[in-house]
Amino acid sequence: MKILVALKQVPDTESRIKVAADGRSLDPADVKWITSPYDEYALEEAIRIKEAKGAEVVALSVGTDAAKDVLRNALALGADTAVLLKGDGQGDAFAVAQMIAAYVKDRGFDLILCGNKGLGGDNAAMGPMLAELLGVAQANVVVKLELGDGTFTAERETDGGSELVAGALPAVITAQKGLNEPRYASLKGIMAAKKKTIEELDAAPAVAGAQVSALALPPERPAGRKLEGEPAAQAQALLQALKDEAKVF
Amino acid sequence: MILVFCELKDGQLRKPSAEALSEGRRLADAGGKPLGALFVGASCAGAADAAKYGADVILTAEGGTLASYSSDAFAQVVADAVKAKGATVLLAAATAVGKDVAPRAAARLAAGYASDVTSLSIVDGKLQAVRPVYAGKAFATTSFASAVQVATTRPNVFPAAEKAGAGAPEALAAPAGDFKSVVKEILAKAGGKVDLSEANVIVSGGRGMKDGANFKLLEEFADAIGGVVGASRAAVDAGWGLPHSMQVGQTGKVVSPTLYIACGISGAIQHIAGMSGSKFIVAINKDPEAPIFKLASYGIVGDLFEVVPELTKAAKAMGIGSN
Repeated sequence: MKILVALKQVPDTESRIKVAADGRSLDPADVKWITSPYDEYALEEAIRIKEAKGAEVVALSVGTDAAKDVLRNALALGADTAVLLKGDGQGDAFAVAQMIAAYVKDRGFDLILCGNKGLGGDNAAMGPMLAELLGVAQANVVVKLELGDGTFTAERETDGGSELVAGALPAVITAQKGLNEPRYASLKGIMAAKKKTIEELDAAPAVAGAQVSALALPPERPAGRKLEGEPAAQAQALLQALKDEAKVF
Repeated sequence: MILVFCELKDGQLRKPSAEALSEGRRLADAGGKPLGALFVGASCAGAADAAKYGADVILTAEGGTLASYSSDAFAQVVADAVKAKGATVLLAAATAVGKDVAPRAAARLAAGYASDVTSLSIVDGKLQAVRPVYAGKAFATTSFASAVQVATTRPNVFPAAEKAGAGAPEALAAPAGDFKSVVKEILAKAGGKVDLSEANVIVSGGRGMKDGANFKLLEEFADAIGGVVGASRAAVDAGWGLPHSMQVGQTGKVVSPTLYIACGISGAIQHIAGMSGSKFIVAINKDPEAPIFKLASYGIVGDLFEVVPELTKAAKAMGIGSN
């Protein structure tokens, strides 16, 4: 079995977001970069499949040299090889899906795993777009995955519940928190990863479908007020205010 | 045409779909275009409801092969309908199905896609979308390069406004079958409660709840005011047995209810990112310096174990509960 894990480098969740001078991109100053947390579940799942039944795991990222950190980390965690599709780090989900599809085609992957969304861009689009471009099955927001002989069964989160999706391999599966508990890299893994080479390829030409034309911070919220008194009085005052001022009830 | 992919639940138009239709009607009026509603399934009984929200045409792809949801089959039907009607804009609600089918259909149409949008407009004849990024820490204006433009609308953001449309029915062919994947079983449905992303009122608990069992207090209060219970990442990760589906924040659900009541939640950046789109925020916390108070429309500095039961009592006494 051959598994591709697509990984994205994103700003850490504790990062404060600042808009760059161009008014449409993120100011990278003071931003700490991490592997998108959902991609970590995807990678962990691939490594577990490899451990359970044997598989070749290829880690892939699209971007600039900076994305090598993400790939180096994937190698330390257990990916066999790593590929960087070099691009300018721009491009929408559709463009990235085209670049990855061009790489995947004719390379014999049985399974493609990635996060259900890239943290930050929050598009939740690359996985299903990739599945469509490759003409294969998809299951998104997956919390449990079982592989059969050329088939898969995935439990995916839905609105207030979950459902079982059954399909044929190859497939694109996008991971959700709960799929597994990602491991930490061992010292041995980190040392071994340093010796491995990351294959660098130019990303295939792609056409973007959409672009960010402006990025802005949300408006400040109006100042609120504190409700004083004993708990019973505070409770009464709050519900009254929600009813009369906010007209929520 | 502006085409809206709609969902039915128990033969009724789902509220997020009604919202998407209403926004579609507004855009159709702005661009002088007709509005189409598209339904896909074994039975589309109830599709006529789309006329209440302004649909000029109601397209239905009905057939036994579509009884269970299939990503590839539904995406094919949706993309084929866009092509057949020459639609330039495709909308769907950002529900579990909408977010699954819309990007796949977009790729099939070589179309740009904006997910979970909170505002839409037509600029120079093309769709322009505003959507939260970094879970709401910023807003991105998205413009499209493609001829067809696809977007999913965030539930609870666009008002569902009734406006009568002609609702002319039109049947579409269903695909033959042999799909790449299909839903074979619907698992646990949380006791008839609405999902957090659709809830109007959310009562959320954080580390200050001290134990998963104490969430019963929040359940009681939420029941009294017609709300749904959520949790912070700290609470979900604390090993209290709370499911991840309850988590509100950048790595959980991003919500925008009318009212969000944060109990024992300090207000970490990643949590605030997931709920700052709420219309009114109430914070109940022992620590007067907790960052959550900076966002709160109303703040109560106090012990939630004393305050929340009082709120439940007062809500029942005041007869609050229908929202």
